[in-house]
Amino acid sequence: MTATAQRLRRNAQAAGPRSRTAARIATAAAILAVALLPFFYDSGSPFIEDSTVALVYVVMALGLNIVVGFAGLLDLGYVAFFAIGAYTVGWFGSSFFSSRNIHVGVAEQLTNLPGIHLNWLIVVVIAACFTALAGAILGFPTLRLRGDYIAIVTLAFGEIIGRIAVNSDEGVFGIGDFNLTNGRRGITPVDKIDLPFVERFTTLDLRPWYWTALGLALIVLFINFRLRDSRLGRAWIAVREDEVAAVSMGIPTVRVKLLAYALGASMGGMAGAFLGSFYNTVNADQFEFSFSIFVLAMIILGGLGSIWGVVLGAILLSFINTRLIPDVLNTLPSEVGLDFDLTQLGFGIFGFLLVIMMVLRPQGLLPEKRHKAEFAHAGDEDIVREVQA
Amino acid sequence: MESATIPARPARRPRDVVAEFISRFGLIAILLILPVAYGIQDLQNEGDLSRLATNIKDGLSNGAIWALIAVGYTLVYGIIELINFAHGDLFMIGSFVSFTLMGTIGLTVATGGFGLFFGLLLILVLAMVACGSLNVMIERVGYRPLRGAPRLAPLITAVGFSFILQNVGLLWLGGSHRGVPDLIESQKVFFTFLGVPVSHGDVLALAVTAPLVILLINFINLSRIGRAMRATAQDPQAARLMGINVDTTISFTFLLGGLMAGAAGLIYALYQTDVWFFAGFTAGLISFTAAVMGGIGNLKGAVLGGLIIGIIQQISDNRIGTEWTPAIVFAFLILILVFRPQGLLGEQTREAG
Repeated sequence: MTATAQRLRRNAQAAGPRSRTAARIATAAAILAVALLPFFYDSGSPFIEDSTVALVYVVMALGLNIVVGFAGLLDLGYVAFFAIGAYTVGWFGSSFFSSRNIHVGVAEQLTNLPGIHLNWLIVVVIAACFTALAGAILGFPTLRLRGDYIAIVTLAFGEIIGRIAVNSDEGVFGIGDFNLTNGRRGITPVDKIDLPFVERFTTLDLRPWYWTALGLALIVLFINFRLRDSRLGRAWIAVREDEVAAVSMGIPTVRVKLLAYALGASMGGMAGAFLGSFYNTVNADQFEFSFSIFVLAMIILGGLGSIWGVVLGAILLSFINTRLIPDVLNTLPSEVGLDFDLTQLGFGIFGFLLVIMMVLRPQGLLPEKRHKAEFAHAGDEDIVREVQA
Repeated sequence: MESATIPARPARRPRDVVAEFISRFGLIAILLILPVAYGIQDLQNEGDLSRLATNIKDGLSNGAIWALIAVGYTLVYGIIELINFAHGDLFMIGSFVSFTLMGTIGLTVATGGFGLFFGLLLILVLAMVACGSLNVMIERVGYRPLRGAPRLAPLITAVGFSFILQNVGLLWLGGSHRGVPDLIESQKVFFTFLGVPVSHGDVLALAVTAPLVILLINFINLSRIGRAMRATAQDPQAARLMGINVDTTISFTFLLGGLMAGAAGLIYALYQTDVWFFAGFTAGLISFTAAVMGGIGNLKGAVLGGLIIGIIQQISDNRIGTEWTPAIVFAFLILILVFRPQGLLGEQTREAG
């Protein structure tokens, strides 16, 4: 038994009941602090807006983490589920299909408008179901494949959905002339979230949006923890570590993988349904490949498979994207005498980050212990076995 | 005695026969859908196949470019089983180098035939060398440190490099399409063959691609370092034991892939008379599809796949609409991976088993 393994085992033993209680108290305090955060800012402050987006990204990153982190299936087309979720709210919560007249559980003002208007809570459930179905459909062709090939199939799937989003304002694949997505013009306006017992959300007061996003993030976080510690979660990790061994242990890999895709996708769909309503538009330009990489960078930065790591990665990258690059660093090129707009380079910076992280700290900022051992001693099988024991 | 102990061969069930048939001919059938469908349509509407033939001709010259890029994917995949995601963007850098050098050398539409030939030859060599060395550098910085790491790690760095190269392109020539001077008058008809006009661009694409590919295949089959590459691809450990410097061999593979991407960059710039920083992304995916279609790791397969994808793309551009072409190519990619992951000429691999 080598030093690393000993240390890992000591750490595991140290996590006794007392430290677990402490961790719970710390978590509760952190959640309370995050929940009270909006009171320190204006109700319409851009900080709350950015934080809301960050929380939605947490939801997406946690969803992608199920597929990539837990089950080890590299998914480069996650943006597809964001798109499907967003279009669900666009279709079922706006006046886009103006020839229909369906209203379910929406406020008085909306009942006079044409189109399909369902309450956001219904829409988010539909979005989760749609995307789970799409995830399973995507998962199906990848079942026979491994590793890199899965990445390519998922990427192709994401691109196909993106193309459909951009071009389907006059028929899909050049067939017919049905306007499905309104292309780059987008579907707008989208109904605001309308929860029971509270006032309708407005664009002026962002606090309710923030709390809704926080609620969504907490629910998804809870689901993630429960899934990780469940039979299914262990099956995912087994499939990730060694698929052949997992099969011979009697794990139904087909079902396990499809569930990973479906559950991961449904979280992306819920996040999409929220963002569609929050941004008040569903626009094909939002659904580019680079967004998939953006979410992937979050979970890699935080640490693949590590739930808290993913939360941290999502919040960090989200704020780098919304705050650091446009506000703080934007004057940097002109100060050193270069003439370009740093916001253009957002994704170059993320690409750089991916390379740096992979070369210098591949296990992420808050690594999962299994991954940590794997990266620390690549090729040293004993360590991995030691930790798994 | 012995023959009596051999158990009777189990009868082949009809299901197995069907499955085998689909695996063997399914992909070919899928590939024939578009040409056959539009061929019949042409015969009904116009009475001849010249439109389809023109599509196929254009497809072949486009496909020559994809073939050059696909060769790079397949070489790298064959040796270290990595999808070099940055390869498409490397090709884009090649087209940018060519575009910039045209300005530097001062080639214009007015340049005479002799000067044009040597100028373009010089640009070809420089673009190839630039892309080749860039590819070697990327391998050295991004992939070699991760040789022992889990397989996802180098793939993720590759994606990272793809973004970095795209942004280099964005800074270099800006975000909009740039028109390349039409040096070779690429649309001008060179000769007409069976009613199909063959333009300067078509001739150029085939005249550069064919010798390069033949040279490459022979080099890998006949030269000493080519043999080292094949040995490393089969078993890096054993190759090392045989005294092959595996790291150098892998670097050399990246160099070869980069050279081809550089050549593809120049042809693309001359043929399409347009360069764009984002062109590499789509080109990369199309070429990867080509490499998979031919059977990844198989050079001839990559070339064949490139030509086929070129034809599919051209038919789709011409009949369905340019905006749908990427979606159609990607749909083909998924279909291939579902029905025949080993591709047209490929063997069963660990990945696609």
